[in-house]
Amino acid sequence: MEFQVIWFILWGLLWAVYFALDGFDFGAGILYPFIAKNEMDKRAVIHAIGPVWNGNEVWLITAGGATFAAFPTTYAYMFSYLYTPLLIILFALILRGVAVEFRPKAPTEAQKKLWDAGILIGSFIPALLFGVAFGNIFMGLRFDESGYYGTLFSLLNPYGLLVGLLFLFSFIVHGGLWVSLRVPNSLAEKALSRAKKFWYPQLICAILFLILTAFYTRLYDNFIKYPIWFFVPTLAVVFLLLTGVMIRKNKKGKAFICSALFIITLVFSGVIGLYPNLIPSAIDPKYSFTIFNSSSSPYTLKIMTIVVIIFVPIVLFYQAWTYKTFMYKITEKELKEENY
Amino acid sequence: MDTLLLSRLQFAITAAFHFIFVPLTLGLSILIAYMETKYLRTGDKDYLRMAKFWGRLFIINFALGVVTGITMEFQFGMNWAEYSRYVGDIFGSPLAIEATVAFFLESTFLGVWIFGWNRISPKMHALSIWLVALATNLSALWILIANGWMQNPVGYVINNGRAEMVDFWAVVTNPYGLLKFGHTVLSGWVVAGFFVLGVSAYHILRKNETEFFKKSFKIGVIFALVSSILVAGIGDFHAKEVAATQPTKLAAMESLWETTKDAPMYLLLIPDQKNERNSVEAIGIPSMLSILAGQKEVRGLKDFPPSERPPVTLTFISFRLMVGLGFLFILLSLWALVKSKRIENSTTLLRILLWSIPLPYIAAQLGWIVAEVGRQPWIVYGLLKTSDAISKSVEPSQVLASLIGFTLFYGALGVIDIYLLAKYARKGPQPKEV
Repeated sequence: MEFQVIWFILWGLLWAVYFALDGFDFGAGILYPFIAKNEMDKRAVIHAIGPVWNGNEVWLITAGGATFAAFPTTYAYMFSYLYTPLLIILFALILRGVAVEFRPKAPTEAQKKLWDAGILIGSFIPALLFGVAFGNIFMGLRFDESGYYGTLFSLLNPYGLLVGLLFLFSFIVHGGLWVSLRVPNSLAEKALSRAKKFWYPQLICAILFLILTAFYTRLYDNFIKYPIWFFVPTLAVVFLLLTGVMIRKNKKGKAFICSALFIITLVFSGVIGLYPNLIPSAIDPKYSFTIFNSSSSPYTLKIMTIVVIIFVPIVLFYQAWTYKTFMYKITEKELKEENY
Repeated sequence: MDTLLLSRLQFAITAAFHFIFVPLTLGLSILIAYMETKYLRTGDKDYLRMAKFWGRLFIINFALGVVTGITMEFQFGMNWAEYSRYVGDIFGSPLAIEATVAFFLESTFLGVWIFGWNRISPKMHALSIWLVALATNLSALWILIANGWMQNPVGYVINNGRAEMVDFWAVVTNPYGLLKFGHTVLSGWVVAGFFVLGVSAYHILRKNETEFFKKSFKIGVIFALVSSILVAGIGDFHAKEVAATQPTKLAAMESLWETTKDAPMYLLLIPDQKNERNSVEAIGIPSMLSILAGQKEVRGLKDFPPSERPPVTLTFISFRLMVGLGFLFILLSLWALVKSKRIENSTTLLRILLWSIPLPYIAAQLGWIVAEVGRQPWIVYGLLKTSDAISKSVEPSQVLASLIGFTLFYGALGVIDIYLLAKYARKGPQPKEV
């Protein structure tokens, strides 16, 4: 297999893992002010994501770094074309990180309220805008050899917003499930009931996505050419339905895993449809940035492949250990004694 | 103002702000790991309280270091698309390796350390902060290998209209990058050493937890002294490397206009870039500059066309101040070491140390000004000009808006962070369990 293809798969994998992990942090942050009404509940939700959110976010840094290293031309134009939306995501991510870390240390009620708002806004904006960004990448951006013609508002088109909402609802369900696994019981019930409620709009968005993708994008071309790949979106549908079933059966752990697998297969469905493009041009496919015309040299790709093959399994190993260590129910006692 | 100038300003502001938080992380992580290990070895609960007290300050500081780091990665593509396209084949790799090899380790195990006090064995807990310390410094290695390549590009060929890597080993062992790594990391250790000394001094002056802070002081003083000496030593090697690879930067650092044999060094000097001369040159030490640069003949700025010279005054003043501060750190930490046994009696020294907390931060910033301003007009020395590196599709209004946004947002976050740091530093450790 060519290195470009290997790196295309890795590129998709990094994004998929990022959304499957940080996605529940976003969901937890969005649900946070709505399910946590007193100080103990608030501490519990923050504690639920506290040990892992930062390690989860590094998948984004790695996805960005890998795009830079493996597909520098794509990295350069994707980031400069999407300047303003990425800036908004960046500010939101900064706000989320600071809010999660500083909320437990805020000395006054007013400051706590400020960080509460920061957690909500800083989680909501990336959840929505990452989806909008990917929706627009699926459609193709409006650029040719002389530059980019889109604006922030042209990105907020119906299809982009639909993918945005699909991401948003998926992360809310995902986050609700994660929180329900970690916090004390009465709060866990609340989180689970939100996951249950938001599963419906998630399902509706997913169905609309399956239909409208045929009209707005060329993603189906690859699937029609090689129907074997239909198994990926099929799996996504199965995992989404299973998430709903497991929520109803009150099997939170299994529901969470299905929800994570749904996000991963969803991202891969899009990525398979994109191949070999990284950013298609909506004006003319001949301007598209593909894995072949925007990649690094074979030498660099080879070096990076070696690095990734050695280190990503190590990262997965110790992150899995972290999840095992912190996959327990937080107790009221622990929250009362909490002192960062 | 145009996109270029605005983007440069934005990069300067966001990089300088990021580097307020990075240096303390580099050094303090090691000190906390040492304290926790000492607790495990001796069973002395003071060391446990110490790890927790300094650890809390570490976390407050770390939060901003992380979030402002994402900006750095995004900005290369957002504002410097032509740069990213031109050098991505080489420059992207160390960044991606940094994330994969170091940053994952650092972030994951910091989470383990903060939340793991009652969940994992004490040994595993101490190991996790050692991993944070290792990863933080390893992270600096890869970032400085990347920056080292911008300063002294090696291991590449120009192919397909861009720089392509042909020798990964040469990029990784670039002496410029490795020396810069040593110099930068040690400057961070100096910051941490003086941070511990200053905060301890504050409490010793108030006779609060004197024993606890004297113990901290002792750890801090040795760390500060050793780091101060080493950072100056490596700085000397680093300067010789600059002289060998970046003659325009060295000439600007010393404001040397004419190529000179056995060049002297003037203790008192005022550059005059407009007239290509120095308006004041006094108290010369014969041949000193040649000795420091490791060259018999040192090339002057007039050897290069004006369009290839960096801003002289800023580079020169930053370098002089940094070096001066560097010597001050050695003297101060030596003084503190001599007095450390009965430090509570040396109130003047304690006051000086308290007010010295910002100085190593300033020195680190000045060092970066020398490195980055002194490299101008190049973004990759001798290969790509900063003016050719900009994103063509980004409008000045977009950058103006983001520049204002960053300034306000970072300004507010900086104030909050320093407020929290000061609050918890003043509060002192948790009281002893009875």
